[in-house]
Amino acid sequence: MSHRIVSKRQLSEDVFTAEVEAPLVAKERKPGQFVIISINNEYSERIPLTIAGADPEKGTICLIWQRVGKTTAEMADLQQGGEIANVTGPLGKPTHIENFGTVVCVGGGIGNAPLLPIAKALKEAGNTIISILGARNKELLILEDEFAKISDELIITTDDGSYGRKALVTEPLKEVCQRDRKPDLVVAIGPAIMMKFCCEVTRQFGIPTQVSLNTIMVDATGMCGGCRIEYDGQPKFVCVDGPEFDGHKVDFDLMMKRLNAYKDQEQQAYEQYKKHKCKIGLDE
Amino acid sequence: MTDKERQELLQQLLKKQKTGKLKPAERYEIPPQDMPEQDPIERRANVNEVATGYTETHARLEAMRCLQCKKAPCIKGCPVQIRIQDFIAAISDGDFKKALVIIKENSLLPAVCGRVCPQEVQCQQTCTVGLKFKDPTKAVSIGRLERFVADLDQDNESVPAVADETGVKVAVIGSGPGGIVAAADTRRAGHDVTIFEAFHKTGGVLVYGIPEFRLPKAIVQREIDTLTKMGVKIVCNFVVGRTRTIEQLMKEDGFDAVYIGVGAGLPRFMGIEGESLVGVYSANEYLTRANLMKAYDFGSGADTPIARSRKVAVIGGGNVAMDSARTAVRLGAEKVYLVYRRTEKEMPARIEEVHHAKEEGIEFHILQSPKRVIGDENSHVTAIECLKYRLGEPDESGRRRPLPIEGSEFQIEVDTVIIAIGNSANPLIRQTTPGLEFNKWGNIVVDENCKTSLEGVYAGGDIVLGAATVILAMGQGRIAAAAINDYLAKKKQKS
Repeated sequence: MSHRIVSKRQLSEDVFTAEVEAPLVAKERKPGQFVIISINNEYSERIPLTIAGADPEKGTICLIWQRVGKTTAEMADLQQGGEIANVTGPLGKPTHIENFGTVVCVGGGIGNAPLLPIAKALKEAGNTIISILGARNKELLILEDEFAKISDELIITTDDGSYGRKALVTEPLKEVCQRDRKPDLVVAIGPAIMMKFCCEVTRQFGIPTQVSLNTIMVDATGMCGGCRIEYDGQPKFVCVDGPEFDGHKVDFDLMMKRLNAYKDQEQQAYEQYKKHKCKIGLDE
Repeated sequence: MTDKERQELLQQLLKKQKTGKLKPAERYEIPPQDMPEQDPIERRANVNEVATGYTETHARLEAMRCLQCKKAPCIKGCPVQIRIQDFIAAISDGDFKKALVIIKENSLLPAVCGRVCPQEVQCQQTCTVGLKFKDPTKAVSIGRLERFVADLDQDNESVPAVADETGVKVAVIGSGPGGIVAAADTRRAGHDVTIFEAFHKTGGVLVYGIPEFRLPKAIVQREIDTLTKMGVKIVCNFVVGRTRTIEQLMKEDGFDAVYIGVGAGLPRFMGIEGESLVGVYSANEYLTRANLMKAYDFGSGADTPIARSRKVAVIGGGNVAMDSARTAVRLGAEKVYLVYRRTEKEMPARIEEVHHAKEEGIEFHILQSPKRVIGDENSHVTAIECLKYRLGEPDESGRRRPLPIEGSEFQIEVDTVIIAIGNSANPLIRQTTPGLEFNKWGNIVVDENCKTSLEGVYAGGDIVLGAATVILAMGQGRIAAAAINDYLAKKKQKS
């Protein structure tokens, strides 16, 4: 069964969102979970994408992705009415939602997408939500309005100062941690390097910090172990033990190296794809 | 033996067979027919099937080696009790169709089993001919004969008969060998059967695990096509426990019975330092990338990458270790080492696989086991540090226990390590199915009919047995299907 793209939008230069038909996933998914997709059945790779939202009535899920390599570029080139061969899920353990008190939600770049449903659910559970959203520049900031709706306080940072504060997210995070009323929980989702430094900040204050990891996966049901990380000195599988973990126990340095395991090949595949696309352009 | 000599011998024997019976002594004299194979050097560079299959002449000569023992000890060695001596007699008579009919009474997937069953420890282990020569490799090649007749049937479009629709729904979880058999047998009884598969392709371990060069995917696909023609529904990308739970399938989606055949599916690691370095794979990951995702075509179609290895160490001594090592060779590795902590004698791999691996240039490092994996500043694997071992007293498995030799550390320079030391039970079903009973290893507890602690729920294969074989999983699929058919008939009577 193929999965039709009901609508598609470009959010920034390299970030896209699509509403994709996946009725079973839409019905069952909970905040924190993800899907594995592959565009065609024979040769496409399987990549994990977080579920940014769902409409169980319509039977659709919302995916947000960044164009970083061949598969994400191919997805970006799909149009409304186009199809994705395989969407499997929902996968991973759902986020544990309860009223913790005050929760700081830190999102970096594309990480805002998986963070949104979690922040929403935490808000609905009665938490005070302080959102800190970071991006390289104004153009790359996504889901600001959506976060504004559910946040009691919203802080925006950009690396170049083109919007909000010119800072990395760790700066306001530190300030929030220093307040008299310390936050009860921090949820940080974004690039591995951002999550690593967020955890280093919160560690000093002893604030529990949850991260959501997006490692390389193949089956995503616990069968291959490709997604494994070192957690408190033990191997853990992100696909079935996560994707959320206590960030203070994650070996981010090793995880980042594993994320780069296929860098050359990914580059090669992406270049080939771009070249191929150019040729098609010439023929037309 | 040349083809011509083989032909002549067959003609002589056929004449004799016509005029009277071949004497056992004459049968013993027929040379065992080797399996025609791709040249070892050539096949290092392709993924095509290594064993190319018997010709008719090979098959009839090999069949004539069978003594047609009255007691047929071979049958006792077969997990599904195929009438072996009868199908072999049919081959020696040249009635290949009849041979296949006999096999299919008990085995649904002869083309698969003829290739991947460990015959040397099953039917062929007890073969009188092998015993006579005191050499199991000289037993009648039952597996090769099974494959021969199954392959001849490749174009056959015949579909097993299906009874009148009962309207009763059966869910089969997993499309591996056990699931295929359970689905076929429950569908034959007229039930409305749906297979749920987590991957985007069907076949389970037959497609993600066993490499193309040992079991061509087209053969598996044919079996799946037969199921579809019988009216079995197949739903891929459906992870039971996540997409829907077993409880939801039964209470909300109207399934009356469930067969769980999800396999083992949680790779074991060694728990040594450096096991998460870049370049360390579980065999599951390595083989899935290579087989299911076709990483061997990376750059010319396939998008899934795999390590471009120069020197590979595979840890383990089973069939999966051999498959991994031989896959690494085909992906272009210059050196592939197989590191095993006991000796070749204790290796659980089939003799044939060990033989093929050696022919393809894989270096065996026996009585060694890694103590840690060493990486560079980028966390890429550069070597493994091993300890040497010696064998002590037999352990509970009956194999002699490997004992490390203190201070014997040494290093092997490699850039890739593949861990092939087995699988544990995947916890997904356990975590999401209240009331289902598991043992301490996380395997599902079943009775002799493969019935679990939940009514209407049956299970078989690796999730019950731990690491087993394709044929054992098929055997359980068959037992479970019979029990399910029985259960559903009784349930209908009551209502």
